[in-house]
Amino acid sequence: MNAPTYNFAYLDEQTKRMIRRAILKAIAIPGYQVPFASREMPMPYGWGTGGVQVTAAILGRDDVLKVIDQGSDDTTNAISIRKFFAKTAGVATTTSTTDATVIQTRHRIPEGALHAGQVLVYQVPIPEPLRFLEPRETETRRMHALGEYGLMHVKLYEDIARFGHIATAYAYPVKVNARYVMDPSPTPKFDNPKMDNCAALQLFGAGREKRIYAIPPHTSVVSLDFEDHPFTRYRFDAPCALCGAGDSYLDEIVTDDKGSRMFVCSDTDYCETRQSQGHRGSESAAPHKERAHG
Amino acid sequence: MAETKMAETLNGDSDQPLLTAEGLGKSYGHLMACRDVSFALYPGEVLAIVGESGSGKSTLLQLLSAQLTPSAGSVSYRMRDGVMRDLAALGEAERRFLFRTDWGYVHQDPAMGLRMAVSAGANVGERLMAVGWNHYGRIRDTASSWLERVEIDTGRIDDAPRTYSGGMRQRLQIARNLVTEPRLVFMDEPTGGLDVSVQARLLDLMRNLVSELGLAAIVVTHDLAVARLLSHRVMVMKGGRVIETGLTDQVLDDPCEPYTQLLVSSILPA
Repeated sequence: MNAPTYNFAYLDEQTKRMIRRAILKAIAIPGYQVPFASREMPMPYGWGTGGVQVTAAILGRDDVLKVIDQGSDDTTNAISIRKFFAKTAGVATTTSTTDATVIQTRHRIPEGALHAGQVLVYQVPIPEPLRFLEPRETETRRMHALGEYGLMHVKLYEDIARFGHIATAYAYPVKVNARYVMDPSPTPKFDNPKMDNCAALQLFGAGREKRIYAIPPHTSVVSLDFEDHPFTRYRFDAPCALCGAGDSYLDEIVTDDKGSRMFVCSDTDYCETRQSQGHRGSESAAPHKERAHG
Repeated sequence: MAETKMAETLNGDSDQPLLTAEGLGKSYGHLMACRDVSFALYPGEVLAIVGESGSGKSTLLQLLSAQLTPSAGSVSYRMRDGVMRDLAALGEAERRFLFRTDWGYVHQDPAMGLRMAVSAGANVGERLMAVGWNHYGRIRDTASSWLERVEIDTGRIDDAPRTYSGGMRQRLQIARNLVTEPRLVFMDEPTGGLDVSVQARLLDLMRNLVSELGLAAIVVTHDLAVARLLSHRVMVMKGGRVIETGLTDQVLDDPCEPYTQLLVSSILPA
């Protein structure tokens, strides 16, 4: 039985060249959406076709790849993409944030600080921050070109008028390098401050919308707000039930049909690392408990 | 207060035109939609452009507001720094900036000039945010005072205009345009599609605002009553040409051209 032979990292070299040119342009103009000739990938749109193409274009043989989906290394999407590149590129994969050189992510930024030399690749569903306010692409491009971003504040105004505070909790618009307003992909706004002055290179790929944009290392990223309603982060007011962390972004997990719930770190690598260092939370399977049940 | 503001505008540079058109024309192939229009508009002056449909009124308005490029002639506008600039020579950024600060444009259909899905307050505040206002409280206060001025219940500041009646939408559109205190407002059939009593209220409101703020306005209308109530001067158009121009009362009470006489006499007595 002959398995089909793929070019390194699935895409052919001309396609990778095209994507790399788009990436270089995106890095040169931080926050600007560069159109590129997005290819069909062997997965449906919305599953990270943009991120996968960017990863395929930048991956080298020595790279170590980590893939997370909502912070987790072990969900279907993360595992499939990790396996995809293990098979088509034969690169080493890891779940450790510090060991990885390329991290493809869906909607989270790892809790631990990223270091120089790392690349964070975001999967982006809708790259245009003004999309739901101004449906015409010709018009939004013109607005970006002329730096007319009053409309973005209209959205925030609407939030305050309706809810009393800026209720946008994810895909919170940011201004990159004091020029372009950018959609940081649907990451929780908790992660926005991590984008600012980040040591790692951040690349954003939107496959269906055919756009690539980037934040080069150590670039200013400012979340938009009003003087009297400043940007705030949000996390559930609880420690992680498994590792006790009080500073990480939490997932809420419903544990029965009587309203019980627990909060655990969304970043599984961060949580596991802490647990291995001996940190414990309220729901940890502590060694003595296990022995007692014995 | 209103008088002093008006006086300032008048004393400042009222002897200098705010906007001038010279030999303005627009052709679509062989069709001349508008030809050889020349006039000067002074600060605080309201000019009505009347004529039947197809006479080139709306084309002219779009030429004057730089939404169309003229095939012939030019439009110049006196910027806030007092310098007369040819609109065709302005960059797109400057033109758009002019459009959302120093100019207003009231569409016949309020849905074209408003964002129907966002609240009235945000509709009025949008221009302020576009020029860099960054304080929610101040934006909201300004929006609410403008709603009051156009006689919209401030309790409805958070309702979307799609829940408003036709007359309220039109008044909201006016508030949205006037919030940056423009010096020139273009109006394209501002009372079209409204019933008579609402029309009367709207006209009354517009007349007050125009005189209070010392606005210059160019109003396109086929309704001679609107022209009589609002405007100081009238231009009558037919087949793309201006056939008669003069003071409103003079043109409407004592028309010279046969076509204008026909137009004036064809008003149905109420």
